[in-house]
Amino acid sequence: MTFSAFKETAMKVVFAVTAAVFILCVIVICVFIFARSVPAIGEIGLFEFLFSTEWAPNNTPASYGIGTMIVGTCFVTAGALVIGVPIGLLMAAFMARYCPKPLYKVMKPMTNILAGIPSIVYGYFGMMVIAPLIRDNFGGTGYSILTASIVLGIMILPTVIGVSESALRALPNTYYEGALALGATHEHAVFMTEFPAARSGILTSVVLGLGRVVGETMAVVMIVGNSTALPDSLLDGVRTMTSHIVLELGYATDLHRGALIATAAVLFVFILFINLLIVAIRRKGRAK
Amino acid sequence: MIRPELRQNVYIRGDAATPKFRVRELDLFYGTFQALKSVDMDIEANEITALIGPSGCGKSTFLKTLDRMNDIIPGCRISGKVELDGADIYAGGMDVNLLRKRVGMVFQKPNPFPASVYDNIAYGPKTHGVRKKSELDDIVESSLRRAAIWDELKDRLKKSALGLSGGQQQRLCIARALAVKPDVLLMDEPTSALDPISTGKIEELAQELKKDYTIVIVTHNMQQAARISDKTGFFLLGELIEFGGTDEVFDAPREKRTEDYITGRFG
Repeated sequence: MTFSAFKETAMKVVFAVTAAVFILCVIVICVFIFARSVPAIGEIGLFEFLFSTEWAPNNTPASYGIGTMIVGTCFVTAGALVIGVPIGLLMAAFMARYCPKPLYKVMKPMTNILAGIPSIVYGYFGMMVIAPLIRDNFGGTGYSILTASIVLGIMILPTVIGVSESALRALPNTYYEGALALGATHEHAVFMTEFPAARSGILTSVVLGLGRVVGETMAVVMIVGNSTALPDSLLDGVRTMTSHIVLELGYATDLHRGALIATAAVLFVFILFINLLIVAIRRKGRAK
Repeated sequence: MIRPELRQNVYIRGDAATPKFRVRELDLFYGTFQALKSVDMDIEANEITALIGPSGCGKSTFLKTLDRMNDIIPGCRISGKVELDGADIYAGGMDVNLLRKRVGMVFQKPNPFPASVYDNIAYGPKTHGVRKKSELDDIVESSLRRAAIWDELKDRLKKSALGLSGGQQQRLCIARALAVKPDVLLMDEPTSALDPISTGKIEELAQELKKDYTIVIVTHNMQQAARISDKTGFFLLGELIEFGGTDEVFDAPREKRTEDYITGRFG
């Protein structure tokens, strides 16, 4: 065997091992979560676990229903998307098609910085700025679905902006020119031609943002109120699945602990579903 | 510079009937590079005017000045006059979007939007405020008929336009341009990406369309210019070297450089 052939084989082995370790990690996490949660769910009952809104591990008999947390995650996620997506898409359109070059040179790094800010800083910002604003203007404690939605809406901006902007930039010029040649204005060409043309990339950006919101923990736990009761309004506090786990895992034992790991499993299924959605969107985009 | 006697000739032609486009002393710069040098041309209504010349001679640039698509090129400056039906299209009050509605453009590479056949045709009318479904249906059908592609596509209106062949896509783009009811159709090498059969169809279509539209076509294909056009303009290094009836330009060019190009001695 020549030296270069040996080198090639060696590198192949290195790559194979790296890939194997990576895949193993995913498998181990899956197995761990589901192995720990299946017995717990079996004991509680799947229906009871998912749909009961009663979470009282200290009662006798204890009840372990995470319905409220699922609702909380859904509300906060929806709220963050309602706030973050329109702003993000408009920003993406601005950055890709309106922004003068000198301003772009400032704005692009700013969105990158926004992406790099640790989530605890976002949480602190939410506690110190957004929560008092909500409390003073709308009442309540300030720690609420609305507060979390606003902060998370800001947190997903870099993702939505970045992915949508590159989707717009990746379009060939011909769509824009074609629209203009038909007498369309710049606005019409961007929003009625280029946006639909880039829809798979734009949808991907939204779903990536969605994934970020569903999985976000630290910022949420600081501002969402963490009440285990079903919310009556956007000004009520809720618990998301992530904040639920982080709040109680430290001291939970036995079935209580099992129920929290099972919550992680539910979260895992959510994220899995979101990833499948992204794959489906990409595939559909390619088929076009 | 154009020789004075040639310029005179152009003027005489122009005065015989009111031209669709009257271009006078048109200079165009990309930054410091002068791409068009004092171009004079009268483009008659209901004729096909072909623009020929080697790559980079300014013929496509000239075409773009007619619907102001050069506006979107950074660093592009213009002086001189371009009049459409007597109105200066570079004057302050000109609505560029309305101008481009009147002066349609077909590009070198077919550029249908990634949407259905129907939505491609309906895009222009919708842009200009047509909302009624029945009206849009009529426009889609009549535009596709005019572009002689209705029979091929009538059962595929809801299918993606990107699934069509290159030739069909280009005729779809012509239909899309016709849907906004223009007076003029500019074509920038519309057949250069197509096979001979599709090319033949587009040429046939152009002949048919000139009854109702004024057509200006840029082409690299000399036979194409000779086959379909009424007037031919020969560009070289940003100058309009010769402009006149296609028969004259091809059979008895006044200029040595035109003859050299047409007979293939350079270009």
